[in-house]
Amino acid sequence: MERNIAQIALFAAMIAALGLVPQITLGFGVPITAQTLGVMLAGAVLGARRGAAAAALFLLLVALGLPLLAGGRGGLGAFAAPTAGFALGFPVAAFATGLFVEHVRLRSAGLAAGLGSVFGGIVILYIFGATGLAIVAQKSLIEAFTLVAIFIPGDLLKAAITGMLVQALAKIRPQTLAWHRSAARPGDLRW
Amino acid sequence: MISLTSPVETRAHRWPAWLKLGALCLASTGLFMVRDIAIHAVALVAVLALYAAPGPVFLRAGLRSLRVMLPFVVILLGWHMVTGDMRLGLLITLRMVSLVALANLVTMTTGLEDLVDLIRRLTAPLRRLGLPTGALEIAVPLVIRFTPVLVARAETLAEAWRARSRRRPGWRLILPLTLQALDDADHVGEALRARGGALGLHEQE
Repeated sequence: MERNIAQIALFAAMIAALGLVPQITLGFGVPITAQTLGVMLAGAVLGARRGAAAAALFLLLVALGLPLLAGGRGGLGAFAAPTAGFALGFPVAAFATGLFVEHVRLRSAGLAAGLGSVFGGIVILYIFGATGLAIVAQKSLIEAFTLVAIFIPGDLLKAAITGMLVQALAKIRPQTLAWHRSAARPGDLRW
Repeated sequence: MISLTSPVETRAHRWPAWLKLGALCLASTGLFMVRDIAIHAVALVAVLALYAAPGPVFLRAGLRSLRVMLPFVVILLGWHMVTGDMRLGLLITLRMVSLVALANLVTMTTGLEDLVDLIRRLTAPLRRLGLPTGALEIAVPLVIRFTPVLVARAETLAEAWRARSRRRPGWRLILPLTLQALDDADHVGEALRARGGALGLHEQE
């Protein structure tokens, strides 16, 4: 119980930190912040329920007025902005990512996390993001989607990075990934 | 961690948080229903007047937080210039800016303690139903405490990287950052347990 709360809080802080640290921006001309990488990571490492809780806790702090969204934005205005759909989709995206890694059994933890991030952090998140933009800007869903689609390559990169990070985690600290089949279970014989 | 609450003390700082949030809800719903461009223009001027009322420092801070809207304003107006429906474009842009500005105004004039207090009162019915809302009261300060810790740690990792490599530090820093965060979570979990558990001694009885 206590450990779960602490992990949820620490991953909410990770989502915030990844959006704020300029050194971790991913280059390639356009600076891409790593905030959604934090959302993917929360879902892929903590699983569906705790990952979603971490993202929801992060949003609560944004709503309380802390400047935690990428670029130091925050406050209630963030939920009326054209990008509000993306922010509100964070918990669902983390949940979907977690659901994927928990139910689609793959030999490689990294591959499961990468594909889960594509599903949760891109497919699901962009449905929310495009819907939010369509409502705020009074556009059709298709028009809204063409506007946000330019960010998809960057997010594919983040999904790949999430996969590599989880692969490394599975190797050096398998017990942190509760959903992974090689994770330590009580009574398991392990070398 | 510095909240976005304005240090310039305005009269609105002393108003109850629920009143400001309720007014924001009403105003936002109202703006969504109005389709008259003149009313929207008046609304935006009124909102800007609210920003200007507490003085130039407040106004400048408010406009700075609205600057992130600029790319969207340009894209929206450009889009409607191309499709030839400039009237609708102006309407949507005016409404979007007013909505965000109003919401920011509530954030700028409402302290973190007031909002935490409001959440505590709003979750009171859940508490009576037996849900452990105490977990929320532990988790919120934990995030506020650990976000700057993780940011500082990421910067230390980036410095260590630059001392050894000429390449830019990038996503590779995230793995040690995640591992340390997981370690922190274990330590904090143990510390919470040692201090009587997440629910607090008085609630466990």
